[in-house]
Formats: sequence, C-alpha cells, structure tokens
Amino acid sequence: MSLFTKAMSLATAAMAVTLMSSASFAEDGSGQQLYPLFTYRTGPYAPSFIPFGAGNIDYLRYINEVEGGVDGVKILVQECETAYTIERGIECYERYKNGYNGALTAAIYPHSSGLDVALTDKARIDKIPIVSPGGGQNIATDGRVFPYQYPLVFDYWSEAQIIVDYIAQQAGGYDKLKGLKIATLYHDSGYGRDTIEPLGILAKKYGFEDIQIPVPHPGEQQQTQWQQIRRANADWVFLRGWGVMTPVAIKTAARVGFPADRIIGDIWSGSEDDARPAGAAAKGYLAVSVFPPGTDYGILKTLKKDILDKGESDLKDNSKFGTVYYNYGVIEAITFVEALRTGHKKFGNRPLTAAEGQWALENLDIDQKRIAELGAEGLISPLKTSIDNHKGETIAAKIIQWNGQSWDTRTDWIKADASLFADVIKAKAAAYAKEKGIQPRVATN
Amino acid sequence: MTTLQESAPSKPLRQPVFGIGTIAVVAGLIAAFAVPVLADDYWLSSIIIPMVIMGLAGIGLNLLMGYTGLVSIGSAAFMSIGAFSTYNLLLRAPFLPLPVVLILAGLIAAIAGVIFGLPALRIKGFYLSASTLGAQFFFEWLFTNFSWFSNDSQSLTISAPRLQILDYDLQSATGRYYLVIATTALLIALAFAIVKSRVGREWMAIRDMDVAASVIGIRVAHRKLLSFGISSFFLGIAGALWAFGYLGTADAHAFNLDKSFQILFIVIIGGVATIFGNFLGAAFIVLTPILLDRLSLVIDLSFLGDQGALANLQHIIFGTIIIVLLIKEPDGLSSLIKRGVAALRPQARSSG
Repeated sequence: MSLFTKAMSLATAAMAVTLMSSASFAEDGSGQQLYPLFTYRTGPYAPSFIPFGAGNIDYLRYINEVEGGVDGVKILVQECETAYTIERGIECYERYKNGYNGALTAAIYPHSSGLDVALTDKARIDKIPIVSPGGGQNIATDGRVFPYQYPLVFDYWSEAQIIVDYIAQQAGGYDKLKGLKIATLYHDSGYGRDTIEPLGILAKKYGFEDIQIPVPHPGEQQQTQWQQIRRANADWVFLRGWGVMTPVAIKTAARVGFPADRIIGDIWSGSEDDARPAGAAAKGYLAVSVFPPGTDYGILKTLKKDILDKGESDLKDNSKFGTVYYNYGVIEAITFVEALRTGHKKFGNRPLTAAEGQWALENLDIDQKRIAELGAEGLISPLKTSIDNHKGETIAAKIIQWNGQSWDTRTDWIKADASLFADVIKAKAAAYAKEKGIQPRVATN
Repeated sequence: MTTLQESAPSKPLRQPVFGIGTIAVVAGLIAAFAVPVLADDYWLSSIIIPMVIMGLAGIGLNLLMGYTGLVSIGSAAFMSIGAFSTYNLLLRAPFLPLPVVLILAGLIAAIAGVIFGLPALRIKGFYLSASTLGAQFFFEWLFTNFSWFSNDSQSLTISAPRLQILDYDLQSATGRYYLVIATTALLIALAFAIVKSRVGREWMAIRDMDVAASVIGIRVAHRKLLSFGISSFFLGIAGALWAFGYLGTADAHAFNLDKSFQILFIVIIGGVATIFGNFLGAAFIVLTPILLDRLSLVIDLSFLGDQGALANLQHIIFGTIIIVLLIKEPDGLSSLIKRGVAALRPQARSSG
C-alpha cells in the first residue's frame, strides 16, 4: 500500500469517527434552550452577516451572562455555517431540528428567504417553527395555512404602502398623489417582483402613475434604466435593490442627474454598506428602515457597557456596533428571547419544545410597555401575533437618510394599513392550501 | 483517460467466480433498502439523499464527458429542466403517476440536451463548453422570467404538489429515500447497459479518436447527439429528485453555475468514465464540507481566533484536499479504491 493510499484510508477513518461521535464529546446541553445560529461567514453575503450575527450573539450573551438566562434558562448558541446556500442550510436544519445534546429546539431562524421557502414542507412535517424576521413569505402571514412559518415584523407589500404614505406626506396629502409618477426600480427576481402587485393596487386607489423597471441580477449596469426614469420624468424612485445593485443605482442616478433625496431604498438597500460605496452621490439618499441604526437606544447602551467594553463582543470591528445589520441582529434575538418568555408564562420556566415554541410565537405580544422595559424604544415597534396573523398586527417602518457618513432618522414609525391587503393575502394562502391539499386550522383560543 | 478495461492483475481472479457481480448487486440492493432501518432522519435527509442524487447527476455528465469525451458545464440547466417539467406535469396533468412523470421529465430534458448538443457536431473541447454554458444561462433566465413555469408563484419557486406512488405518500424522509434509491438503482442498471452496449463502445471510440471512429463506420454525429440526449435524460431525472426528493422546494437558482461545476468536480474527483466513481465523488463533495464543519465541534479550534476564520479555513482545507487528490490520483477516487482493494489482497499482488 502506498503512503498516499494509507494516508487517505486513515483520513477517511478519522472522518467517519468524527461524524459518528461528534455529539458525545460536546458539552451537555440539558436544561438549556438551543439557539441554532445559521451563519454565512463565508460567501458573497458574509459582510452583512458578520455584524448581523454579532448583534444576535451579543444580545444572547448579555441575556446569559448579565441577566442569568431567560427566566433562569440559559441559551446554548450553536453555530452552523450555511454559506448562504440552501443545501448547507438544510443540513443545518436537520442537524438541529431535534435539539442538541439535551438542549431543546423551540424555533429555527434560517436567515435566508430562500431557505425559509425550502423548509416550508419539511417544517410542516417535522412541526418545527421557522422564523424569518423581515425576510419571510408574505402569504405565510396566514397562520391557519402555515402553522410553522413566522414571517415576523415586515413584508414588501406593507413596504410599498409605507413608501406611498411617505410620498403623500411629502406632497402634502393623499389627494396630491394624483398625477405623480413613482418609478420602481427592482431587482429582477421573486423578491424584486413582489411589489408589482401592491403598487398596482395603490396606483389605482390614489391615482399616481406606477412605472415598473426591472434590473437583471446582479445589476452592475443601469444606464438604460435610469435614462428611462429620466425620460418618463419620474418624481420618485422606489429602489428595490440587492447587493451591488444599490450603490450602482445611486451612482447612475447622480450621473443622469436624478436627485438622491428622491430615491427611497428598500430595507435591503438601506444599510451603511449600500450607501457608502456610492460616495458623495449617496448624500441625501433615503431608505426604509425596520431595523433602525444608531447607538442611542437603551439596550444598545447596555450592550456597549456590559459586552462591547468588556471585550466580549463577537464583533472584530467595533465600528460596526449600532449599524443597520448589527441592530437587526439585536432585534432578531429580542424576538427569540421574548417568545421564550411568552412560552415560560404558560409552560413554566424551563426549555421549550418546538410545539411550545410554536404556541409562544403565535401568542407574542411585545407592546409599548414591554418595549420600554427592554430599552428598545425607537428600535422596535409593537409586535403582536395570533393564529390568524403570523407577521404581527401592525407593520411599521421609519424613513432614514444618508448624510454622507451615517444614517439620520427622518420620520417616526409609519404604520401600514393592514386591512388594505389582508384579503388578497388570505386568498393567496387559500390557493396555496388548495394546491397543497392543506386543511387550514381553525382558531380555537 | 481510463477506459472500462479492468487492470490486468484482477482479471484472472474474476473469471473463475462467475456471478460475483450479481451477488454484489443483490447485496447492494438489500443494503440500500435496509438503510432507513439504521439511519435516522438526519442521515437520510441531509447526507444520503443528496449524495445519491448528486452521484446520479455525476453519472449523467460522465456518460457525456467520460464516455463520449464531450465537455459540458451546463449540467445544472438540464437538471432544472427535469425539475420544472416534473412540477408542471404533476400540476397540469394530475392523472399521470409519478414514475411516468419522471420519465417524461427526463425525456423533455433529453430533447433540450439534443438541441444544445447540436454545436458539438462542429466544435470541440473548450469551445463546446461555451455552448453548454449558454444552456446554463438560458434556462436559469427562462425559469426566472416566465412565471408560468412556476405556476405564477410569487417567489418563483416550485414545490411538488403531491409525491406519491399508488397512494403511498413519499413526503417523509424514508419515503423520499426509497423514491431516490429506487430511481437511482434503475438508472445505474440502465447506465451499465448503455456503456456495455454497442452505443457505449462507439462513444468510447469517438472519445479516443473521432476521425478513426468515423473511418470504421461509426455515425459520429448521431452518436454524439445521442450522448447529449441520454446524458440529459439522467440529469433531468436527477434534477427532479434534487428539487422534490431533497430540497422540497426549489427555484431556478438552485440549479446555477455552481451546481454545474459541482457535478463536473464529482466526475473528475470520482473518476472519469466510471459509474460507481460518481458516488464516491458525490460523497466527497457533499460530505467533506459537513465533516469539516463538524470537526469544529469535536476539536477545540478556538486558538484560531474566531468563527469567521474557522469557516474560511474549511474552504481552504477543502480546496487543498481536492488539489492533493488530483495530483496524487488523477484517475479519481475510484482508481484509488481499486488500488487499495488490490493492495489488501495478497494473491492479487502475487498474480500481477
């Protein structure tokens, strides 16, 4: 046997042993609540994950070390790298869906809209709640059809409403919308096309002209699109970008002479890394914000004192503290911890199972008073879920503006009128239930 | 490139025990069907199923690349055709049973394969890969831009409306495993039949020298197109299994260029012009990243500083293993295993 063959057989044997036995070496997790943290520290989206993951980890570390756990229950964070691919994500889901070494899984946050969709069928069979704050499937708002999907906090239909509300505010009233031209420049994907339908409905309702312009992925060339916007004489541009598309859009707008303060970015076009690469052209650029940046919130101050300043933060680059993605991570971790607290009230102060986690996520009620207790005033808006509504009853966002260095908050929470689209979404969910042969649940409590 | 010819030492050993192959196949089948008894959901859903399907896709490309010598980097496109065809057939022709749908989807992929294989009649090598690359981009664009293919779903994703054979529901991990393993077993048998047949031998003749092949009367153009068709048939069915037997829900981007390259690596790592080598290659591609990730659970690697460095280190190790493997074992894992087995058998060494 050659040396190489020997080495290969040894390596294979070692790997087999690793795979079989990894669980037995790891620490005992019994009595703890598992938080499987789906990471993408590698791959093209790693730069947004790094502060996002740190926000998550820092908040949970604070809960564990300073507050002594959630009602005394410690959270065990287990990372699993997905590299933002669905295959690796499914492996992570399968690895942690039944807990880990005694620690129970109450919910899984897939951290990817694609993975959220891919897990829909599996989660229904396994009865595991899948939670995607800000990135879930809008039709899954109907919890009767989607008992295990939680598209918490936000959706793009509400975003379209919020944009139109803001423009109406600026124009001086909804009646002034008549005759205005609002162009939507969207990433040509399922995500990007999601706002075509709601804007069509809104255009009919308020009488503005709705112009839809696609940008093919990845969007490094947008000269034609912006010339089209210019020719159409659009008053506002709603920029539904993703990745490199956003800074290119801002720069191209400047080149064709479209003012930055008339462009409103989508929530995924509204981070520091979206505006900064566009340089001076981005000054005045607006964006929708569900995860407001800044360090002036009570909880951020606490995290700075108890985690960051003690050198216990997951951040390597402290300038990322308080950025959009960091705060997004903190907000997400808050939804998880608050769901656990909700469950503890009903089931007792112990780690929750997936079934209990599902109940808790369906009965969340983070009201203004609770937000104040959390030190999260201004950071999050009230969140109340039910069997009928897995997203939250009131969907709200702020408008922020880039000052060349950082984001300034321009408005308070703008609330979307939930009643406007509720029936359309319900009808879509019903059609899905029919295609899949799902019997919608009936709300009993 | 290796041919199907067995190496000299092992040949005399094989002949006296006729039927050892049959016994191995029967044993393999029994083992394959017993797997769900031993393996839990995790093993089935996230390791065995993707490994088997990727191995099947590897066979698809290997028929084209290994046996006929035509390079393709559009394998994932043909997988996506299989997946989208299966979805639409299940949805729009609900009277068709699943096995029929899978075969039809494979045939649709085969037609697309023949069409995109046409340039192969005129061009070769790297230039041909450009044409298959065209298929890759064309179908990703097609399925993203025409929502009819995904039944106007908002997220442009497809998920199987029903997965059942004779009222037996295949949604569970075990059910999906049986669907995948049964389909794959049949297709492996088909692949063996093809490469051992006249067609297979003519493919290899074309691969080794197409001018010579045409001189001895092989219809080169016809055989090349047939190779594209059959290869795409395998890939199409693999794509349908990938979307519904493994992922559950998929969109066109699940079959992007990365996936095509993965299949190409499976063929190269597993062994060109082999059938079972593809499963070794698939095991390597699917398992290594997971193993490396799991390694961090066992060994304390905190000295590396942070999780980010660790995650990137995995890619470096993975790449290094591939490079070392290709330098040390250019014929792929299957030849390594063959030599390993031969080395463990003293008679084989003495007879050679």
